[in-house]
Amino acid sequence: MTATESPTSPAAVSGRDLGQSQRKWQDYFSFNTDHKVIGIQYLVTSFFFFFIGGALANVIRTELATPDPDFIQPELYNQIFTLHGTVMIFLWIIPAGAAFGNYLIPLMVGAEDMAFPRLNAVAFWMIPVGGTLLLSSFLVGAPQAGWTSYPPLSLTASQTGQMFWILSVLILGTSSILGSINFITTILKMRIPEMGIHDMPLFCWSMLAASVLILLATPVLAAGLILLSFDLLLGTNFFNPAGGGDPIIYQHIFWFYSHPAVYIMILPFFGVISEVLPVHSRKPIFGYRAIAYSSFAISFLGLIVWAHHMFTSGTPGWLRMFFMATTMIIAVPTGVKVFSWCATIWGGKIELNSSMLFGLGFISSFLIGGLTGVMVAAVPFDIHVHDTYFVVAHLHYVLFGGSVLGLFAGFYHWFPKITGRMFNEPLGRLHFALTFIGLNLAFMPMHELGMMGMNRRIALYDPQFQPLNVLSTIGSYIMAVSMVPL
Amino acid sequence: MQSPTVNESQTVHHEVEVQAHSPHGSHPDHRLFGLVLFLTAESMIFLGMFATLLIYRFVLPAWPPEGTPELELFLPGINTGILVASSFVMHRGQAAIKRNDVAGLQRWFAATAAMGAIFLAGQLYEYFHLEFGVTTNIFASIFYALTGFHGLHVTLGLIFIGFVLMRSRNRGHYTSEKHFGVEASELYWHFVDVVWVILFILVYLL
Repeated sequence: MTATESPTSPAAVSGRDLGQSQRKWQDYFSFNTDHKVIGIQYLVTSFFFFFIGGALANVIRTELATPDPDFIQPELYNQIFTLHGTVMIFLWIIPAGAAFGNYLIPLMVGAEDMAFPRLNAVAFWMIPVGGTLLLSSFLVGAPQAGWTSYPPLSLTASQTGQMFWILSVLILGTSSILGSINFITTILKMRIPEMGIHDMPLFCWSMLAASVLILLATPVLAAGLILLSFDLLLGTNFFNPAGGGDPIIYQHIFWFYSHPAVYIMILPFFGVISEVLPVHSRKPIFGYRAIAYSSFAISFLGLIVWAHHMFTSGTPGWLRMFFMATTMIIAVPTGVKVFSWCATIWGGKIELNSSMLFGLGFISSFLIGGLTGVMVAAVPFDIHVHDTYFVVAHLHYVLFGGSVLGLFAGFYHWFPKITGRMFNEPLGRLHFALTFIGLNLAFMPMHELGMMGMNRRIALYDPQFQPLNVLSTIGSYIMAVSMVPL
Repeated sequence: MQSPTVNESQTVHHEVEVQAHSPHGSHPDHRLFGLVLFLTAESMIFLGMFATLLIYRFVLPAWPPEGTPELELFLPGINTGILVASSFVMHRGQAAIKRNDVAGLQRWFAATAAMGAIFLAGQLYEYFHLEFGVTTNIFASIFYALTGFHGLHVTLGLIFIGFVLMRSRNRGHYTSEKHFGVEASELYWHFVDVVWVILFILVYLL
C-alpha cells in the first residue's frame, strides 16, 4: 500500500527483485518465497549433502583399498553405501537441478517469480527435513539394503533404519513432485506473451521434460514405498516371499520410478550444457528443435525401459526383448543431443575457461557412460555384468561424469550472475583438472573389475582385484582433494 | 503513436504490481492448473497400487486366494451410490456460487460433506464386520491398503470442504467471479469419486 507513494520502486516495497546487497543473510534461513533465495537455498543445501555423500564415498573406497574388511565392519559398510547412494541421488543431484531451475526459469521466461512461491518454499524446506531424517538413521542403525531397498533384504536388516529411509524418501519425493508442479506451471503458463514455446531457452525445455517425468514416475515409487512400509510395520506380505508376497513386483514399481530418475537427474544438466556451450564457443546452438524434442523423446522412452534393470530377475524372454529394444532406442535422442553439442562448438571461438572445461568434460565422460549404457542394455552382456562393478562404473560415468560435471559447468557459468562476484579462474581450472583425473582414475578401472566378475556392494573381495581397486581409491582421494579449490 | 502505448502498458504494469499483495495477484490464477498436475501425480500413486493388485490377480492361480471370505456387496454398493451422488450434489454448490448465492453454496456443500461422512462411516462399519484382517492374505492386505488410502483421501476432501464452508461465512469471500476454493475442492472431490469407482470395480466386482 505504501507503494503508491513511491511509484518509482513498487517492486522493492513488495520485497521482490531485491539486489544481492539488499538481501539479509537471515533471508536464506527463513521461509522466503523469492525464487532466487530459494534457488540459492537449494544450491547450498545440496552442496552440503554432496560433501557428506562424498565423505561416505571416500570411506567406501578406503575400505576397498584392501581385500579384507579391516577399515570398517561389513555391516557399517552396507549402511554407508546405502546412504551414499540415497544422499547423492535424492539430496544432491535432484535438488541441485531444482536449484538451477528455481533461480533461472523465472528469469528465462520473464516471470516475476515461480507460479506458486509459497509452495516452492514448502518444497524446499522438505529437503533439510528429509535429509536430517535420513542421516539420523545412523543413530538407530542405518538401512543396509542399498538405495534400491529390495525386499526381502530391506525387510530383515536394520528395520528401524529402513523405516527412516522410507519416510525420508517419501518426504524428498513429495518435495520434488511439488517442485515439478511449479516448474511445469511456470514454464507453460508464465512466459511473457511474446515468447512462444519455441523461443524459450533450452534449459526450460529440459526442465519441463524432467518435471513431467517427476510428476508421472515419483508417485509410483511412493505407492511402492507405502506398501513396503506396511510390510515392515504391519506385517503384511506384499513383497515378503516368506508370506507369499512377490518381491519382483517391488522391483517393477521401484524401477518404474528409478529408471526415469536417471533422466530426472541428467535432463536438467543437458539443458545447462545447451546453455553453456554456445556462450563459451561464441556460436548459436546447433539444432535447437532437435535438442528440445529429444528431451521429450528421452522422457517418454524413459518411462518404458525400467525392466532392463531386471534382466536377471526371471523376466520372461519377450519382455526382455521389448525392454532391450526400447533401452537401445534411447541412445538415439541422446545421440542427437551429443552430435548437436559437437556441431555447436565445431568451428566456434572456444574459450577454455572453467565452465567450458567442465562442459567439454561432460560431453566426453557422459559419452562413455552412454556407450556403456548401450552395452548393459544388451541382455546377454547384462547377464554377465549384472550387479558387478561394471554397472557401478556405468552409473558413475552417467551421474558423476554427466550430471555432476554438467552441474559444475552451470555453477561456474552462472556463479558471477548469482553472487555478483567473479570466481578465481585458475582455481576453477585446477578444480576441473583434478576432478577429471580423479573421476577417470576412480571409475575407469571399475569397468575392468566388473568384467572380471567383482561383485558390487560387498566389503571384502578376492585379492586378485586389489591393484585396480587401489587405483580407484586413489582416484576417489584425488576427487576429494579436487573439491578443495571449490 | 508508439510512446503513449508503451506508457500506458507501463502504468498498467505498475498498478498490477502494487496490487500484488498476494503471491498470485500479478498474474492470471494458475492454481487450478497446478491442482490438476497434483491430481495427476495422485492418480499415479493409485495407479501403482492398482497395478500391484492386477499383477497379483494375474500371477496367482486363484483370485482372491482360496479361503478368502466373500466380500459383501450390499453396503459398499449403497456407499458407492452415495459417493457418486455426492459429486452431483456438490456441483449444485458450485452452480449456486456462480449465481452469487452463498447460502446455496453452503447448503449443497454441507450436504456433500454429510454424504462423505456417511460414506466413511459405512467404510468403517464394513472394516469392523469383515472376517479378515490386514495380514490374512494378499487380497486382504491390498483391500485394506487401497480402501484405506482412498478413505484418507475422502477424509482430506471433507477437511477441504470444511475449510470452504468456514471461509464462506466471511461475507464476500466467495463471489460469482472469485471462488477458487469452491472449484478446487469440487475438482478434488470428483477425483476421489472417480478413483472410488475404479477401485470398486477392481476390488469388489471383478
